[in-house]
Amino acid sequence: MNLVFTMIVPLIISGVALYGAAHRVDVYAALVQGAGEGLETLVRIVPALIGLMTAVYMLRASGALDLAAAALSPAMELLGLSPELLPLMLVRPISGSAALGVGAELITAYGPDSYLGRTAAVMLGSTETTFYTIAVYFGAVGITKTRYAVPAALCADLTGFVAAAWAVRLCFG
Amino acid sequence: MTMTIIWTGMVVLSVLCGLATGRGPEVAAAAVEGTTAAVELCLSIAGMLCLWTGIMEVMRRSGLAEGLSRLLRPVLRRLFPEAAGDGEMMDSISANVSANLLGLGNAATPLGLSAAKKMSRRSQGVASDGLCMLVVCNTASIQLIPTTVATVRAAAGSGAPFDILPAVWLASALSVSVGILACKVMARLWGDESLPVSNIRAGRKMRRQRQ
Repeated sequence: MNLVFTMIVPLIISGVALYGAAHRVDVYAALVQGAGEGLETLVRIVPALIGLMTAVYMLRASGALDLAAAALSPAMELLGLSPELLPLMLVRPISGSAALGVGAELITAYGPDSYLGRTAAVMLGSTETTFYTIAVYFGAVGITKTRYAVPAALCADLTGFVAAAWAVRLCFG
Repeated sequence: MTMTIIWTGMVVLSVLCGLATGRGPEVAAAAVEGTTAAVELCLSIAGMLCLWTGIMEVMRRSGLAEGLSRLLRPVLRRLFPEAAGDGEMMDSISANVSANLLGLGNAATPLGLSAAKKMSRRSQGVASDGLCMLVVCNTASIQLIPTTVATVRAAAGSGAPFDILPAVWLASALSVSVGILACKVMARLWGDESLPVSNIRAGRKMRRQRQ
C-alpha cells in the first residue's frame, strides 16, 4: 500500500496519458497548454504569498503567535487541535493564497512529515475557501438572502479541521 | 477589504508585540526573511504545480470528467430532489461535482453557476434549499488528489508527499457529510423563509382582496 502512495505521481501521469491517447486526445499539446495555465496561476499567487508570508514571519518573530496560542490553547485542546494551527484555521475560509502561505510556513517550520506539518497539509487539502465560494455563487445569481448556507458551510469547515487532526493521528499514530 | 483588515492587523500587531516583548530586531529581520521565503516557495513548487495543471488539462480533454459525472448522477439525484426532474440542471450539477472531484476548479465553477442560475430563477433573491446544498457542496473540498498541498510538502523535503491521501479523504468525507447533514437539518429550521418572498406577498395581496 505504501508503494502505491509513493508511486502515485508516475502512476497517475502514465494512466491519464494512456487514457487520453486512447481517446485520441493530443496529450502532449494538452499537457503543455495546461502547464502554461499553471504558470499563470503561479504568477497570480506570488504577490499575495509575498505579502502574507512576510506578515506571518513578522507575527511569529514578534511572539504574538505564541501569546495568542497560549490564550486560546484551552479551546483548541478541547477540539483536539494544536494551538499552532489556529492562524491557518482563521485564514482558510477567507483566502486561498493566504492559507497556502500560512500552511506552507507551518509545513516547513515543523517539517512535512511531523504531526503538525501533516495536519496542516490535511487541513489545506480537505477544506476550501468558503467565503470566496459563497460570494462567487450568490453574487453571480443575485441572491441576497443566503439563509443557512454560511452556517452550514462553516460547520463543514470546522468538521474538516477537527477531522484532519484526528485522521492524521489515526493514519500515522 | 477583509484581507486588508487582516493583513494590516497582522503587520501592526507584530510591530507592537515585537516592541513590547523586546523582539524588535527579530521582527525587522523576519520582514526580509518572509519575502525571500515566499519567492523560494513559489520557485520550489512551480514545476510540480505546472505539471499537475497540465495533467488536469489532459483529463479534461479526454472526457474523464464526463464519465465520472455519469457515475455520480444516481447519488446526486437524491441530494438534489428539486433538480431531479430537470435533466439539464442535473447535468450541470453532476458535471460540477465531478470536476471538483478531479480538482478542475476552473471548469467546476462555470458549471456550478449555470445550475445555480436555473435554481435561483424560481425564488427571487432568496436561496432555495437546492441552491444552499449546491453552494455548501462547493465550499467543502472534495478534490481526490490535493496536488498543491502535496507539492508544498515535496518542496519542504517530504519523503512521500502523497502519504497524506488517506487522511485527506477521511477528513474530506467527514466534512462534506457534516455539511450535507447541516443543510438537511437547517432546511427544516429555516422552513418559513424558504418560501419565495414574492409568493408570500402575492398570497397576502390575494387575501386582502378577498376581504
